[in-house]
Amino acid sequence: MNLVNSFLRALIFIVGLSTTIQLSAQVPYDRILNANEEPHNWLTYNGGYMSQRHSLLDQITKENVENLELKWVLQNQVFGAWQSNPIIVDGIMYVTERPNSVMAVDAVTGRVFWKYRHQNAENARVCCGANNRGVAVLNDKVYMGTLDANLLALDRINGQLLWKTEVGDVNLAYSITMAPLAVKDKIMVGVGGGEFGIRGYVAAYDAETGEEAWKTYTIPGPGEPGHDSWEGDDWEHGGAPVWITGSFDPDLNLTYWGVGNPGPDWNAGQRPGDNLYSDSVIALDADTGELTWHFQFTPNDGYDYDSVQVPVLADMVWRGEVKQLMMWANRNGYFYVLDRTNGEFLEGKPYVRVNWSSGLDENGRPIPTPQPEGMPTYPGNQGGTNWYPPSYNPNTGLFYFSAWENYATIYRAEESEYVPGQAFLGGGFSVLAPSPGAPTIGIGRTNPINNWTDEVGYASLKAMDPQTGEQVWSYNQFDVSDSGMLTTTTDILFTGGREGYFHAIDAESGELLWNVGLGGQIVMAPVTYMVGGVQYVSVISGNSLSTFALGD
Amino acid sequence: MKFLLNFLLIWTQVLSKWLVLGVTLSLILVTSAQELGDHTYSTEAIERGSRIYSRECALCHGPQGDIVDGVNLRTGQFRNVRSDEDIRRVVYSGAGEGQMPAFGLSDNDLNAIVAYIRAGFDPEGVAIRIGDPARGQTLFEGKGECASCHRIDGVGPRTAPDLSEIGAIRTPASLQRNLLDPAAAILPINRSIRIVTRDEETITGRRLNEDTYTVQVIDSNEQLRSFRKSDLVNYEIRMQPSKSPTTLNSDEVADVVGYLLTLRGQ
Repeated sequence: MNLVNSFLRALIFIVGLSTTIQLSAQVPYDRILNANEEPHNWLTYNGGYMSQRHSLLDQITKENVENLELKWVLQNQVFGAWQSNPIIVDGIMYVTERPNSVMAVDAVTGRVFWKYRHQNAENARVCCGANNRGVAVLNDKVYMGTLDANLLALDRINGQLLWKTEVGDVNLAYSITMAPLAVKDKIMVGVGGGEFGIRGYVAAYDAETGEEAWKTYTIPGPGEPGHDSWEGDDWEHGGAPVWITGSFDPDLNLTYWGVGNPGPDWNAGQRPGDNLYSDSVIALDADTGELTWHFQFTPNDGYDYDSVQVPVLADMVWRGEVKQLMMWANRNGYFYVLDRTNGEFLEGKPYVRVNWSSGLDENGRPIPTPQPEGMPTYPGNQGGTNWYPPSYNPNTGLFYFSAWENYATIYRAEESEYVPGQAFLGGGFSVLAPSPGAPTIGIGRTNPINNWTDEVGYASLKAMDPQTGEQVWSYNQFDVSDSGMLTTTTDILFTGGREGYFHAIDAESGELLWNVGLGGQIVMAPVTYMVGGVQYVSVISGNSLSTFALGD
Repeated sequence: MKFLLNFLLIWTQVLSKWLVLGVTLSLILVTSAQELGDHTYSTEAIERGSRIYSRECALCHGPQGDIVDGVNLRTGQFRNVRSDEDIRRVVYSGAGEGQMPAFGLSDNDLNAIVAYIRAGFDPEGVAIRIGDPARGQTLFEGKGECASCHRIDGVGPRTAPDLSEIGAIRTPASLQRNLLDPAAAILPINRSIRIVTRDEETITGRRLNEDTYTVQVIDSNEQLRSFRKSDLVNYEIRMQPSKSPTTLNSDEVADVVGYLLTLRGQ
């Protein structure tokens, strides 16, 4: 009797266990939709469809954060900025490596289960480095976009290629650097190539087969609303790429995407008109891709102010009213609060020095004040901020992001002819330096010595209050920062910077709680997850992915 | 040999401009320029290259050509290429598995890029007066009082930047500017600092590196010192350099610039 009982119990246990394993091996849409219910995982690029990069894990607190210890390091084998954002599913981390490799990693030890390497076409072209920012997961597959503009589906368990779909024409310099977004039964992805005269779009593919479900251009064609914001054939090679992962509101069934610069980049006079939907946020129906609304931040942009920032969504009481909001610190130097149901402009204020515009009108349209030739424009070409993912912490009600202070560029516009697949930039720029020929800030940092110094620009981590559009506090760094943000429900803000320091900051007060020098530039945001009852925080610095947890 | 070639290249560029300007030059230098005749570039090509560079290359390589690790286009430091033809090939076909894309430019544009790179990114630099290096060395060590702070090839103090390779990393225009208007020319990282620690020690010296939490300096006793800013009572960065504008006349400045350009390291 006793034996039978034990046997039955064991059987029930085994059945239960295998059911759990089977369930956890799958990541159906419902799990991503309710990502908040499993904070031990990090299921999308920004941790959930609202893109708040806010975790409900609470093991690491302000009181014990100083006890964080290094648990493991994964070394990148490829030279160059490592901008990948890890995804964590039930103890397995999926992280990409330049140019287009995917690794499945044991999230507890850092040891690699499998690695898939995609061979890019020889003529793949990207403006700013062979970057990849990570994968999407859905069901039993993991998805990656490639520099030669393909979308790949891999078996999540063994890393085998299941299908490959051409998203764009590599011969015309289309590329993919962003992590795809999985919504329902579709995988969505945008294309890069804004420096090569592409015509941008967002496209969705059947997650099982790779068949195209819809494709929405970011530049309207003849007969479509907004087409008259371009002259002649400028729209055919007007850029407007989408190179950062969007967000999704399941109740409104809308996906939101930031759209990049118009082309040629620096000669706005060569493409008269507002150049829709460059430098805009667009709201696309998740099922059909239909454009529901748009808001343009920088009409007829001549400064390369891509609006590829992550659309951060939050519901809150805003000035006495319950609102469905979108918060946006734009590359153009303004911080915006929009109504995400219809794109209405609610608030917008400069967060750094801005001189290309003297302010925003009641509809949020900038009042242009172009600087005379040879004079510096604030913010400079890399912007007041850029693609680095921000965070919103519902506890504090604050929005956090990396800004570049005191950084300016002198632009030079030049007529340029569109040649398919070639750079289409319309001039050039130089960064304002304190003395002629002095070193200035570039796209990344490879030198351990900061020989440009804060006189050329420095970082300010800003906490913004969406109620007022004003900064509540800031935390400055001597060098600029391309680091994204992570907040936790214990009100810790984790971030990095080009100097390689990994910081834990009090999300309420802006006080430094703990930091450690990891030695290489941090050009992506940290993530957090839990395995076996232990909360981990991972961050990539230089060529190393370092994972921390509390000491015993 | 590479050092010699670089040295001659600078002179060749100087010469080509001077010849255009009709300035009389010593026979020896003209001879060496003629021997290197196929290494000369027209001012037009350099200026054209400057425009193409900022359009096509500056985004990744940076305005000064020093952003990509292991490569400094302005000073001629490359990973794999040596000859002008190598540069043309890499620009045309790309390199590093898509990290540097193929630009497929015309021969004319490729030559202009090479001209700009070989001119040290300085279309105007060739117009700077370059004097006699031997006289320049005498001035550097004597009347000019340069050697009292700067070190060359192991001789002299280390408190100011070592100039043993200065001719390879600066343009003639930059060298001249440093003599005439040091406050406007000094690189910000080299600024003088004055530090007072919690232990009431006062340190003066030159900044070597700095980040949010620390600063690294060489002090007036030539000691390498690193400080946590949280341990300092006072940290002052001086906008005025320790040197004043030179009192040398224009012929003498040209001679010193000429001497500095010969300093190209080992």
